[in-house]
Amino acid sequence: MNMKSLAMLLTAALLPVAAARADGERLRPATANASYQQECGSCHLAYPPALLPAASWQRISAGLGRHYGSDASLDPATTQTLTRWLLLNAGTGKRARETPPEDRITRAAWFQRKHDELPAGVWQRPAIKSPANCAACHTGAEQGDFSEHRVRVPR
Amino acid sequence: MQRKTWHLIPMALLALSAGMAGATSAPEQLAALSAQAAAPADAARGQRLFTSKHGAEWSCSSCHGALPTQAGRHASTGKPIAPLAPAFNPERFGDAAKSEKWFRRNCKDVLGRECSAGEKADVLAWLITLKP
Repeated sequence: MNMKSLAMLLTAALLPVAAARADGERLRPATANASYQQECGSCHLAYPPALLPAASWQRISAGLGRHYGSDASLDPATTQTLTRWLLLNAGTGKRARETPPEDRITRAAWFQRKHDELPAGVWQRPAIKSPANCAACHTGAEQGDFSEHRVRVPR
Repeated sequence: MQRKTWHLIPMALLALSAGMAGATSAPEQLAALSAQAAAPADAARGQRLFTSKHGAEWSCSSCHGALPTQAGRHASTGKPIAPLAPAFNPERFGDAAKSEKWFRRNCKDVLGRECSAGEKADVLAWLITLKP
């Protein structure tokens, strides 16, 4: 790789971070834990732990055998390690004041407020399917970037 | 004493690697499952198990697609799922413990119980037959 392409790569890698930080919609740590990514990110986005309060994570971790209609059980050691990490990084700000119904991020008042301008039926579009599918529209979701600049709602 | 225990080390390592299920391959896992089932695997039976609903809401295909040579999508979250057939995704069936974990969970979701070694061997035998 020559210097020019290296510089372009670095710029491309760093710019979105700067842009996202500017409007405060970058959540960390979304990708900071490889085990969390692997164990929780196969069926759905590895949701940033800050999106739920500790009480919700505690209940979710204790009930992985019946996890929103799926068996998501893990061995006890992994469950314990991940629970500790989730509780440590759980939401503490304004989002954590409420425990959303069924401990679903998508049922939280802030989530519904943030998405209330979307047209009716948007979640049913084949490319989206579910409000749990963050990455369908939030192109930076895997990196914890939920900034509006990176939203592309598929038709 | 020292001489007696020395030769046990390779055997212990072998047992450890078999038991702890480190790096392996799809054909190796198929062989192990078939041995455990004490019967040869049947790919056609595996395909039927994979594509059928077993009295509940989902089949394996609900998330992996009827032909898991391409990406599927999770039936409830919509998240894309990389191809399952090992010829189309070299990361699949490279770790026996991981395969066991997913068979355990997903069989419970689809069949309401864990799959037998024979059933897992059938499914894996079918997945191995899928070639580009």
